[in-house]
Amino acid sequence: MSEWPLYEVFVRGKRGLNHVHVGSLHAPDDQMAISHARDVYTRRNEGVSIWVVRSDAITASSPDEKDPLFAPSGDKVYRHPTFYEIPDNVPHM
Amino acid sequence: MTHEAPASEHDDHDSPYEGLFGGDSDHWAFGTDFDDPLAGIEATIPDGADPRALAQYCLMLGDDALVLSHRLSQWCGRAPELELDIALANIALDLLGQARLLLARAASADPSVVPPLPGASEAVPSPVPAEDALAFFRDDRAYRNAWLAEAPNGDFGQTVARILLFATARLALLERLRASRDAVLAAVAAKGVRELAYHRDFAARWFVTLAQGTEESRRRVTAGLAEVWRHHDELFRAHPVERELAGAGVAVDPADVAGEADAALATVLAASDLPWPEVPQAGQLGGRSGRDGAHTEALSSLLAEMQSVARAHPLGRW
Repeated sequence: MSEWPLYEVFVRGKRGLNHVHVGSLHAPDDQMAISHARDVYTRRNEGVSIWVVRSDAITASSPDEKDPLFAPSGDKVYRHPTFYEIPDNVPHM
Repeated sequence: MTHEAPASEHDDHDSPYEGLFGGDSDHWAFGTDFDDPLAGIEATIPDGADPRALAQYCLMLGDDALVLSHRLSQWCGRAPELELDIALANIALDLLGQARLLLARAASADPSVVPPLPGASEAVPSPVPAEDALAFFRDDRAYRNAWLAEAPNGDFGQTVARILLFATARLALLERLRASRDAVLAAVAAKGVRELAYHRDFAARWFVTLAQGTEESRRRVTAGLAEVWRHHDELFRAHPVERELAGAGVAVDPADVAGEADAALATVLAASDLPWPEVPQAGQLGGRSGRDGAHTEALSSLLAEMQSVARAHPLGRW
């Protein structure tokens, strides 16, 4: 039997605003991947929405490029909104 | 050697484990709440319903779920893929949950159905809940499940065909049972409908996939369907208890849901390019079948395995 393709699974929780990557699984097709994701990753009442995407459809940054891609932002403190006080009643910050 | 407690409280300040146990559960992204399907449900027996008949009816529905649950759990660690292993175990657990509620209802409606435990007495009361005693200390002749539930698993194709047939019939039944005059049965049915809708969807999807897959998968799922289809008619044959309670508005006469169940099955068969199976139906044993306590030997070996640990320690606490 040829191997099923790998899928990455993203679940949005009841209290979550975003889909969060929770893991991966094998499935024969897209619909079956949703079905498997429901069984594997939402068994404990976790999710209200599931995304699946074939892993080979994801383009990832390479570890070799880590320095040029990410290091330059390290010293640019002005890019961070850390100088504002956020009122307590502003949610999801 | 002794370990000192952390010297000061502020040491704990950055601990990711702080507040993990106890207290507010808001920090769990997905919540920890569970619903009790019987919360706030009136457990009195409705007027005009014979409690003994109600208990028998609950055993029929509960044993179907319990026995198929065990069959599916036998796939654990053996399914073709890890993901299917989990899917089949999930379905088994859903059915086990239904069985638990239904067997408990049988015991509360008619306590005489609960078998006495060996070694238990007034001085040494049984520590086993009634639904466990019903599951683990009844012989096959006291089981009321249909034969479809007890038949051996066969291969994955046959298992898919069985879940399809079982879930389609049970879903049609429970959809109507939600209107039962027995509040407990209605609540169990409402919970079960959501679960069975998924079981049917899972099985239908896999059935079509296998039927339209390779020559080998089509051959296998077709053979599996022919095997389980021998038990099709029994699912829709009303036992006198079912007919009596259906008349009282408590149960559903399975014959009444045959039409809609067959229509759903016909849709799946059409999507699979397969004809309606023309298969001789399994005969009865001296005019009796699963609902009367007449079973195939498949059930006795299943129960021998399922009950062995509980029977070895009848007064054990679990």
